[in-house]
Amino acid sequence: MNETAVKTENLTRKFGDFTAVDRVSIEVNRGEIFGFLGANGAGKTTMIRMLCGLLVPTGGMGHVAGFDIRTESEKIKQNIGYMSQKFSLYNDLTISENIDFYGGIYGLSPAEVKEKKIRILKELNLIRWANSMTADLPPGFKQGLALGTAMLHDPPIVFLDEPTSGVDPASRREFWEVIHQSAAKGITIFVTTHFMDEAEYCNRISIMSAGSIIALDTPRNLKKHHQRDSIQQVFIDLMKEETQSPENRAG
Amino acid sequence: MQAIEIKNFKRNYGEVEAVKDVSLQVEKGELFGLIGPDGAGKTTLMRSICTLLKPTSGHIRVMNRDSSNDYMEIRKIIGYMPQRFSLYQDLSVTQNLEFFADLFQVPADEREKRLQRLYEFSRLKPFRNRLAGALSGGMKQKLALSCSLIHTPEILVLDEPTFGVDPLSRAEFWDILKSIREEGTTIFVSTAYMEEAELCDRVAFMYKGEIITSGPPEEIKKSYPYPLYRLEGENMRQLRSFFDAQKKIHSTQLFGSAVHVSFEEEPEEQIWQKWKEQTDKNLQHWKKESPSIEDVFMYLIKQENRS
Ligand SMILES: Nc1ncnc2c1ncn2[C@@H]1O[C@H](COP(=O)(O)OP(=O)(O)OP(=O)(O)O)[C@@H](O)[C@H]1O
Ligand SMILES: [Mg+2]
Repeated sequence: MNETAVKTENLTRKFGDFTAVDRVSIEVNRGEIFGFLGANGAGKTTMIRMLCGLLVPTGGMGHVAGFDIRTESEKIKQNIGYMSQKFSLYNDLTISENIDFYGGIYGLSPAEVKEKKIRILKELNLIRWANSMTADLPPGFKQGLALGTAMLHDPPIVFLDEPTSGVDPASRREFWEVIHQSAAKGITIFVTTHFMDEAEYCNRISIMSAGSIIALDTPRNLKKHHQRDSIQQVFIDLMKEETQSPENRAG
Repeated sequence: MQAIEIKNFKRNYGEVEAVKDVSLQVEKGELFGLIGPDGAGKTTLMRSICTLLKPTSGHIRVMNRDSSNDYMEIRKIIGYMPQRFSLYQDLSVTQNLEFFADLFQVPADEREKRLQRLYEFSRLKPFRNRLAGALSGGMKQKLALSCSLIHTPEILVLDEPTFGVDPLSRAEFWDILKSIREEGTTIFVSTAYMEEAELCDRVAFMYKGEIITSGPPEEIKKSYPYPLYRLEGENMRQLRSFFDAQKKIHSTQLFGSAVHVSFEEEPEEQIWQKWKEQTDKNLQHWKKESPSIEDVFMYLIKQENRS
């Protein structure tokens, strides 16, 4: 695989005459933690679903892990991990059963699933929880396990859509440990969040508003450029500027 | 006067003790925040206040009415927004708002005023004719919030209202909450955002079915027992590992673009220069920091996990 994990050119998605994603061009490097921020309704989930081969673009192009999102969506599904905004493990299955279930979905053989299961549980320190109900898992571990499960098939890139929404501060820190460990192994992380401290943990971030990327850089450069101490402030400045511009486009 | 009075409240689900022995009072007109990790029992407690669950033992009184006996009366004065509020997916934004305004019998002139204010916060006006089912996750959440705030009950119970809501809208939502409080409504709210906990009159920290501590944010923060420093440098993760390995460190945490380090005793002035050298100048800035609610949260979790 080459060094670019995600590349889009003027990627666009319309719903009727409403443009949810408007000519977005980005490039994400291999092994990068890329924070994909933006206001509610900016188009983040729509963009991610196109990149995962789940939604057909209405314009522009994109490559993920070297595959064309328009013509090679099957290949893409085999080569990415995806935790959707609603993704969750089955609470009424044991942890082991959850991993079996998703292993099946990714088309892994029972032997492969078994091997991966041991590895994941070891990495997350969850061996002795294997046969416990997922519902009883200590807080914080659930999202980590969900991420492990989304990466059962060893994809080179994962898309995480708000993996930490509603998650408490201690558990969020544990989750970000797992993200960093994965990135250190060369896995590309494409992640959305509404927690601005998490934005600071990314290598680069983009900020999206009304379908367009309005800022893209390292957190440090963005703060410097906007003369602010935190990404939270930069974000709020940018959003206020956006809403002061003429009436938002609507469908 | 107490708006909510909880006495030795317990609630089990089969053999699981979801809430163990909670006693808590919320005053009329107070903005009361509930924080704690996933699975601490927050939702069970909130549902019980709203009379949707009966106590296994103990009592909950809401505006002097008993939650087991007078639940019909309590339901008339309480507004509850559950974690997963169900909108009508096949109705438009306006139709959803109208529906809830009708349900709560909001008078016409009042209705206009509220809608204006709520649209301002939600930024949903341009999308008013879109079906709720076609909104983004955060837009749905904001519509659900707007539907619950279209009327003002005496008591408002909100379970993670800002789940998935973007930072600017969160700030604006809290402005609305504060103005509702000014009008005399009592608000009981849970949140995963510690910056929101800071905005409450009082906060309770719940863990494994119990309230570990509660009080005004200022007091809770004062209870933090260690000298705390905010460190900045080139590589935060390295900086954190370096301090993890030092002696007399109580804890190290990443905090956005900084590392918070708490010491078992105040470090001596001259040692900072030494640390700067030892980290090859990775350590660039250090300053004493007053603990935030998030620092206290991390501290309490650590304490509880130990015991
Ligand atoms: N099927 C659809 N039909 C019409 N509009 C849609 C559809 N799906 C999404 N949209 C619109 O596209 C826009 C972008 O939605 P998207 O879910 O991508 O936002 P988001 O950036 O993920 O927001 P959030 O932070 O709230 O999750 C929104 O205005 C949404 O209402
Ligand atoms: Mg989304």
